[in-house]
Amino acid sequence: MDDRKTPLLDELEKGDWPSFVTEIKRAAAKNKSAADLLAQLESSYEENIGHWKHGGIVGVKGYGGGVVGRYSDEPEKFPHIKEFHTIRVNQPAGFFYTTKKLRQLADIWDKYGSGLYNLHGSTGDCILLGTTTENLQPCVDELADIGFDLGGSGGALRTLSCCVGAARCEKACIDSMQIIHDLTLHYQDAIHRPAWPYKFKIKVSACPNDCAAASARSDLAIIGIWRDAIRIDNEAVRAAVDNGFDIFNRVIRKCPSEALLWDTEKKELTVCAEDCVHCMNCINMMPKAISIGREQGAALMIGGKAPVVKGAMLGWVLVPFIKLEPPYTELKEIIDKITDWWADHGKNRERVSELIVRMGLANFLEAVGLKPLPQMVHEPRSNPYIFWNAEEVEKRG
Amino acid sequence: MARTDFGPPDYREMVPPIIKENYGDWKYHTVPRPGVLRHVSNSGAVLHSVRVASPRLVSSEWIHDICDIAEKYCDGYLRFTTRNNVEFLVADETKLEPLLAELDEKDYLIGGVGLSISNVVHTQGWIHCKSAVTDASGITKSIMDEMTGYFTGKQKVPARLRIAVACCVNMCGACHCSDIAIVGIHRTVPRINDEMASRICEIPTTVASCPTGAIRPNPKLKSVEINPEKCMMCGNCTVVCPAIKIMDPVNDGVSIWVGGKVSNARTAPMFSRLAIPFIPNEPPRWSTVTAAVKNLVEVWAANARDGERMGEWIGRIGWERFFKLADLPFTDKHIDDFTHAKTTFRSTTQFKF
Repeated sequence: MDDRKTPLLDELEKGDWPSFVTEIKRAAAKNKSAADLLAQLESSYEENIGHWKHGGIVGVKGYGGGVVGRYSDEPEKFPHIKEFHTIRVNQPAGFFYTTKKLRQLADIWDKYGSGLYNLHGSTGDCILLGTTTENLQPCVDELADIGFDLGGSGGALRTLSCCVGAARCEKACIDSMQIIHDLTLHYQDAIHRPAWPYKFKIKVSACPNDCAAASARSDLAIIGIWRDAIRIDNEAVRAAVDNGFDIFNRVIRKCPSEALLWDTEKKELTVCAEDCVHCMNCINMMPKAISIGREQGAALMIGGKAPVVKGAMLGWVLVPFIKLEPPYTELKEIIDKITDWWADHGKNRERVSELIVRMGLANFLEAVGLKPLPQMVHEPRSNPYIFWNAEEVEKRG
Repeated sequence: MARTDFGPPDYREMVPPIIKENYGDWKYHTVPRPGVLRHVSNSGAVLHSVRVASPRLVSSEWIHDICDIAEKYCDGYLRFTTRNNVEFLVADETKLEPLLAELDEKDYLIGGVGLSISNVVHTQGWIHCKSAVTDASGITKSIMDEMTGYFTGKQKVPARLRIAVACCVNMCGACHCSDIAIVGIHRTVPRINDEMASRICEIPTTVASCPTGAIRPNPKLKSVEINPEKCMMCGNCTVVCPAIKIMDPVNDGVSIWVGGKVSNARTAPMFSRLAIPFIPNEPPRWSTVTAAVKNLVEVWAANARDGERMGEWIGRIGWERFFKLADLPFTDKHIDDFTHAKTTFRSTTQFKF
C-alpha cells in the first residue's frame, strides 16, 4: 500500500453510505494505477480542479469506438495514470449476470487494468476504469474469449439498454430485453464503427413508467404501451378498499384524463378506455387489481437528449403504436430511415432532434415516410407562418 | 485478428431458472419490507429481489464480495438496476431471512425500492473526466450519507424522489429530468491559447459548438475569439478545442435543479428547473450543497401530498410558493433567456388513440 496521505478523501470513508474511497483503496492495495488515481483525486480535492488532459484517441483493432482515452495532466507526479483509459464493455440485457461471468471479468481486469469499475455507466455499459494503451488490445482479446464485446462511443450507435421488463415485471407491454439484444446484434457495425454526425442512443422501457429513463436519455425511446382497455379485477379493488386503501385520493383524483369512474355504493371501478392515456398511475397504485391491456405494443419517441448545444429535449411521439415481434423488421426499417436521413443532412455534432428542429418536423416525417398525426404534438401551431409548396397549391386550387 | 462484432453475452444465459420459467408471466408484486420486492407469477412461483446500495465506483474485491453472497443465497445469479443498485434474486424463500441477516451484518444498505430516495445517478467527476467542474462521487457520497434513512425506509417520503449529479452541463445521465439535480457550472469566460488553437483546433467546429453564437473566427491569428457579453460559460467550446480553457477553481461550482421526472404516471415527464444558481465547490463534504438538498427534501416531504413528486407538488402550489417555502431567493438567473422552440411537441406517452 502507498504511503501518501489522503486526509480529505479519508473524510469520505466516514458515514453510512458505501464509500467509493474505500473501493479505490481496496484496488490501490494491489494496483499502482489505483493508488495514483487516489493521490491525484486528493490533489483535485485540495485544489478544486480536475487533473485530466483533453482527449487522446486510442482504440483496438477493427473498432472505431468502445475505448475512451484519458491522460493525467501531471504524469511526472502520477506516473501510473499517465495513461488511464476506460473500456466500455457491453452489458448483458437487463444487467443480469452470473457470478461466474462477473468473476471471470474481474480476473481479466485485475490482470490488465486498475481493478476499478463503474457498475454501470449511465448509458448501460460495464465500465472498466483505467488501463494503458499497451494493455487495451490483449485485454479486449481476453474479454472476447469470455463472451464480452465492447460497447459504443463517439459518433456511433451507443450501447442499448433497457428496463428489466418481462423478466420480472408484470407491467411489461413489450419484451425489452429481447428487443435490445436483437437490435444490438443487428447493429454491431453501427455500434463499433462510428459513421454518423454524432451519437445516437436507443433505450427501451417496457411500460410508460420508463424505468430506463428512455425518453430523457435516448434519441430513440421505445416505450411499451397498450391500445385497448386496462383490466380491472373488482374483487381485488374491493379487497384493497376494504383494507383502507384511499382509492379516491390516490387513484380516481390522480387520473390525468378523468378516465376512471368509482361507484361508491357498488364499490365498482370502471374505465372509459377512449379517455385513458395509459399513464400507469392506477396500475402502479393497485398492482393486484389493475393490469395493462391485452393489445400490447410500443410508442416510439424521438429526440431525447441533454442540453448541448440547443437545449435539453425529451423524446416526443413519432409513432403512437407499433407491434413489436421478432425479427422487428418494421422497427429496424424506421431506425434505418431515421439514421440515413440524419447521416445525409446532419451537421458535425448535430443530434437528430436538433436536425429535426432545424429542418422542420414535417420535412422529417416526409423523409422517413411517416404521416403527421395529432398524437405527435401537444397542440397545433399558434403562428400563421406556414410553408406551402407550389405543387400543393396548384393541385388543390 | 481477434473475434469482433459478437455483442454482449446472451441474457438468457444470465437469468436464473425461475425467471426463465416465468418470463413474461408475472402476475403482481408487493413490497413486504423496504428494499425487498416479492414477485408472484401466474404459475404461483415466488421470486424475491433484495436491493442494496452500491457506490457505483467499485473494486474487483467488491465484485467478489457480492458474488460470494449471490452464490450462497441466489444460486450465483444477480443483477444491477438502472440506478446502479445491486439486486440479489432469491428463488428459495427459506434463504430470504438469512440473506437479509447477512447483508445487515455486513453493513450493506437494503432499500431504494418504491417510496424512497434511491441511489444517485452520477458521472465521472474528477475521477475520470476532463470536463468535470466538480466531483460527482464526492457529492453523491456526501448527499447519501444524509439520505441513508430515506434509502432504507427508516424515514418516510410522500413519493419517490430521484437525485442525480452531473459534473458539467453535458449532463450525462438524467439530470435534466430528476426531482433534484446537482450540475457543475462555470462562471468565467474561457481563455484561448491562440498559438495552440492555430495548430490543433478545427475552427468551424469550434464556432458551431457555441449555443449563443459568441464565438467567431480570428483569421489574423488563425484562432477564434469569444464575445464575453454573449458567453454563458457552458464550456462546450473547450470540449471541441483543447486550446480553450475554462477551468477556474475559484469561480467554478454547482447549481441545483428541481422538479424533473421521467415517468408518465399521473403527469407527463418534466424537465428539472433551476432552484439555486450557484454554490462553490467545498470538498470533501460539499456541506452547503448537502444542506441545500436536505432542505429541499424536507420542505417537499413536509408539504407534498401522498404520491406527489417534487415537480407535481410545485405544479400544485406554484413556483412563487415553492421559493417561499424552500426559503430560496428568486433572482434574474432563474429567468430563462435561451431558445424555446419545440414546446409544442408531445413529449409524453400520454395520448388517446
